[in-house]
Amino acid sequence: MAAVHGDVHDHGHGDHHPTGIMRWVTTTNHKDIGSMYLWFSLTMFFTGGFLALGIRAELFQPGIQILEPELFNSFTTLHGLIMVFGAIMPAFVGFANWQVPLMVGAPDMAFARMNNWSFWLLIPAALLLVTSFFVPGGAAAGGWTFYPPLSTQGGLGVDMMIFAIHILGASSIMGSINIITTILNMRAPGMTLMKMPLFVWTWLITAYLLVLVMPVLAGVVTMLLTDRHFGTSFFNAAGGGDPVMFQHIFWFFGHPEVYIMILPAFGIVSEIIPTFSRKPLFGYSSMVYATASIAILSCIVWAHHMFTAGMPAVGQLFFMYATMLIAVPTGVKVFNWTATMWKGAMTFETPMLFAIGFIFLFVIGGFSGVICAIVPIDIQVQDTYYVIAHFHYVLVSGALFSLFGGVYYWLPKWTGHMYDEKLGKLHFWLSMIFFNLTFFVQHFLGLAGMPRRIPDYALQFADFNMISSIGAFGFGTTQLLFVYIVIKCIRSKEKAPEKPWDGATTLEWTHLPTPAPYHSFENPPVVK
Amino acid sequence: MSQESGHYYVPSPSTYPITGSCALLFLGFGAALSMNRIELGYGLLAIGFAILFYMCFRWFGTVAAESESGKYGLDVDKSFRWGMTWFIFSEVMFFCAFFGALFYMRNLSIPWLVEESDVLGQTFWGSYAGGWPTTGPGEYDAFTAMGAWGLPAINTLILLTSGVTITFAHWALKEGRRSALTKWMLATILLGLTFLFLQGYEYVHAYNDLNLRLDTGAYGSTFFMLTGFHGFHVTLGTIMLIVIYFRCAAGHFTPEKHFGFEGVAWYWHFVDVVWLGLFIFVYLM
Repeated sequence: MAAVHGDVHDHGHGDHHPTGIMRWVTTTNHKDIGSMYLWFSLTMFFTGGFLALGIRAELFQPGIQILEPELFNSFTTLHGLIMVFGAIMPAFVGFANWQVPLMVGAPDMAFARMNNWSFWLLIPAALLLVTSFFVPGGAAAGGWTFYPPLSTQGGLGVDMMIFAIHILGASSIMGSINIITTILNMRAPGMTLMKMPLFVWTWLITAYLLVLVMPVLAGVVTMLLTDRHFGTSFFNAAGGGDPVMFQHIFWFFGHPEVYIMILPAFGIVSEIIPTFSRKPLFGYSSMVYATASIAILSCIVWAHHMFTAGMPAVGQLFFMYATMLIAVPTGVKVFNWTATMWKGAMTFETPMLFAIGFIFLFVIGGFSGVICAIVPIDIQVQDTYYVIAHFHYVLVSGALFSLFGGVYYWLPKWTGHMYDEKLGKLHFWLSMIFFNLTFFVQHFLGLAGMPRRIPDYALQFADFNMISSIGAFGFGTTQLLFVYIVIKCIRSKEKAPEKPWDGATTLEWTHLPTPAPYHSFENPPVVK
Repeated sequence: MSQESGHYYVPSPSTYPITGSCALLFLGFGAALSMNRIELGYGLLAIGFAILFYMCFRWFGTVAAESESGKYGLDVDKSFRWGMTWFIFSEVMFFCAFFGALFYMRNLSIPWLVEESDVLGQTFWGSYAGGWPTTGPGEYDAFTAMGAWGLPAINTLILLTSGVTITFAHWALKEGRRSALTKWMLATILLGLTFLFLQGYEYVHAYNDLNLRLDTGAYGSTFFMLTGFHGFHVTLGTIMLIVIYFRCAAGHFTPEKHFGFEGVAWYWHFVDVVWLGLFIFVYLM
């Protein structure tokens, strides 16, 4: 399939594009849109990071220092929402935009104009979230999971959050439909489903999960809105409803959402490990089936977030065992990555360091997840810092580390320049050290009983909190180095080698020049 | 899969998406402010809807024009099919959330509330019998539930019939009988409008005669939210049918290639199926 670009068609003379800011506003090019997604997510990452540092500054020592309790609650709430919906998810969509068409040999995304809209919807949503701090009553403060009755009580800020979630949901659904359609309909001749790079596979399954659960989130925030303003009784026991029902519907979205944030990370790592081990991925098909199993299982485990909310014992048993079952396909993945490295001719450039760091730390987060899945233990650690430590091991050293690895891996292809390897390695090691300094000690805090979402704490928690805060500020500062490395790479005069990674086998490395041209695969490659 | 021939059309840079995002900016802030009865919100909402309407009109107009000028090959057609399929799937999941809430309340939270009232008695809300329809244990005015065999049954017939008429229209389109096509389209639109009119009449009846309101506890919440969102989707579907009617009248679509028509037909069948779910679980049971 050859591609016809509208501009060529309309004007009959080569590329004609708006320049300056209008290029970015009106673009239908998957690479432009991918870059915008990545820059947006970086901005939101620093916004959410600012909130995180606010939290850690307040918790540096016992007592109320900087943030009043109400504002502290807003900080934790918006930190979660911004990191999940503004930083991690858009970053992976940015990767999908850049890489999916390149990796399947397609000229662009299937719906190029709608692709632009998916991105530009993020801006009004982000504005709603960020400006809600400045309205009367302040931003939402009921936690990122906004359980009623807390969330039926807040003011204007809660409504702004609800509509931000609606807009983000629309953006995600459109983006996912675009990705699914591109993968199913626009693969190069010869690229069968089981020849697709694993990153493409993980995104196909992730996009399916997004279309499955984002509408449910839209439904539950709509119920919240009508309970707040129109007198419905979904979450009001006086009217026959149940606040716990909110938790069920929310987590039916929320647990697949966790996998939405980690499956593309698996995909990135599954590209990096074979490249730097100079061996094909071990157990490719078992990787695909494991990803699919994780996605299916993720839809029937949601109530493990609610073991203390009140549930029949049979329900607790079912959700406990179903949750523990997820460790099996995840174990398959970790085994396959390790087996890929086994006897490989390995080198340790920055992407590989982040990938190995990912495996190491994600396994810790996975294990603490299995621990949390056990009902009697979960009843002890529910809403403590143990849970905070668990999901930051999955989301920071999992999702975020894979994003860093992916950026270093593909920066040469995107920009045509090589990043500074020394600084990249420094970035990795500083991130690794400060991350563990921040979050490892939180396991101890949680086991000792320190509750989450509180601005003050008992004196016995003081030492670990101080260590954690020092780590957090170190981690935050380290990320400025990342921005410097990326900008330095973009501005660099030195041309990257055509194929900087000799072990890379996917289409963007084997069939395209470096940097990838603005329009790629207008005539599809033939995959054997 | 392989595409030996044909061109995949990638549209040129466009201002429609950013226009739509501006609309959503106004709508988001406008809705949040309006909910809190801040007057600025109403104006923002109105501007937002105006921009959104303009954007949809222009964007869909452009797509129709591009389609008619033959820019879309078979691959693009296939993309549209996948896109519409997944969009309808996402809509199904949206309704699942509300059906889930209905089942949860009827089968779990209300029986639990009955148990609580047995244990707690007067310290609760007094004795509560549960059952369905119910307002829950709190203090609500008495109401009458909506029966199934009056207007709802007629509406079921109307929607099912409209599913048949749109299929007749599709057959006419495929056989090149253009005048039959427009007639059957018109019939489908009229049936859709009749459904909406009767649904509106039913709501007035509920509020005026049955004392059944959106804030009538569990029953009122689920009844109005489920039928309301369905009615909203029928409204959208009817607007889509009207657009397709005018496109048919303007000579758009060929017997071989008419995804615009088919996509709307799929959507219409989807609202039909949701209605059957509503008729069974909201009205009958």
